[in-house]
Amino acid sequence: MSTRSNLSRSQPPLLYAPYRATVRRAPTKPLLRLPAALSDLEVPVYGWWPIGETDNDLTRQHPNEPHGQRIIVAGRVVEETGRPVSGALIEIWQANAAGRYHHVKDDHPAPLDPNFTGAGRTVTDADGRYQFTTIKPGAYPWRNHDNAWRPAHVHFSLFGSTFRTRLVTQMYFPDDPLLPYDPMFQSIADERARQRMVSRFDLALTRPEWALGFSFDIVVRGPDSTPFEERV
Amino acid sequence: MSDETACVATPSQTAGPFFHLGLRPQPSGRAGERIRVLVRVTDGDGRPVDDALIEWWHAAETEENSGPAPDSQVAAFARLPTRDDGTCELETVRPGRTPDGQARHINVCLFARGLLRQLHTRIYFAGDPALESDAVLSLVPEHRRTTLLARPDPAVPGRWLFDVRLQEPHETVFFDI
Repeated sequence: MSTRSNLSRSQPPLLYAPYRATVRRAPTKPLLRLPAALSDLEVPVYGWWPIGETDNDLTRQHPNEPHGQRIIVAGRVVEETGRPVSGALIEIWQANAAGRYHHVKDDHPAPLDPNFTGAGRTVTDADGRYQFTTIKPGAYPWRNHDNAWRPAHVHFSLFGSTFRTRLVTQMYFPDDPLLPYDPMFQSIADERARQRMVSRFDLALTRPEWALGFSFDIVVRGPDSTPFEERV
Repeated sequence: MSDETACVATPSQTAGPFFHLGLRPQPSGRAGERIRVLVRVTDGDGRPVDDALIEWWHAAETEENSGPAPDSQVAAFARLPTRDDGTCELETVRPGRTPDGQARHINVCLFARGLLRQLHTRIYFAGDPALESDAVLSLVPEHRRTTLLARPDPAVPGRWLFDVRLQEPHETVFFDI
């Protein structure tokens, strides 16, 4: 296992014991560094199937509106150099307002919402911008430790231009009292990097009489960036 | 965002157990000589990892099966969740060699609950004469190379078996790309 000191400041270690599932799942041997010249990173990243009209509006995917606080989540995807990532496929998934996933393996005794699936997708524009309309997800319990609750979050998955920019992360909400207790959030040692995962309330994005706006910018590795463990 | 924080990359977080909602399976749609690989993912206790997601891709095959591909065009990309027994079955065309002459292989990216970052590995094929000279395998300590080899399934002709062991014994080699 690599030591924390030679991991990228912004990325979690594979083994983080407070997040219990890592203990028997994190590889124990150091990752083998693959020189860029030998890596196959090129993937057909977009266009597997067409983006539907309501794919980026999770409140309009069923006959009626879902329960919960309607929100707009929008931002830009950029590389570490600041260059926008256009044409990037973003996929999201989340719990409903009561904190329950529309998933067969979620047994949390909170109500399902027949008008909310909790999955969306979109593609960034030429300036790297994206937008979703959804509802604010609820917090929910999990069995990691005694009285463990996940802070409200939206899962984000992102493809950039190569597999090196592939990112799966979670977006959190500002001032969530559960963040200090969450081992996934706390697995990131660097404070600025942790804050990168927290969306920002944005009055300019807020639509009057309709929905609260939250800004969430995503910074991915550039196609020429160094491997994770070389970065300091 | 401010200039000061612009260089800080967004951290990776686990895909968790409910990714099926947003990350829908994507079969490989390419025609050609089909191969199948049964991939089985197990944790440090040897238990099946029934909530993993595998994304895989590989280079295109050339007209004549012997030489390297003329370019690094990707032949296939697909995405599959593991089942209750920790397995999923990749079905694709025969992978090609890369332009620099690497042996046929399938690139694998693995997500799961308990993985704060995705893992990368490769599926090579036992018995391929090109393994000897493969530039990536030569970087792998000899005693660990077999963790990257799929073997023919004795029970199902045309199918290969590949184990992803997240921890020892026989921990699979994972790459830092």
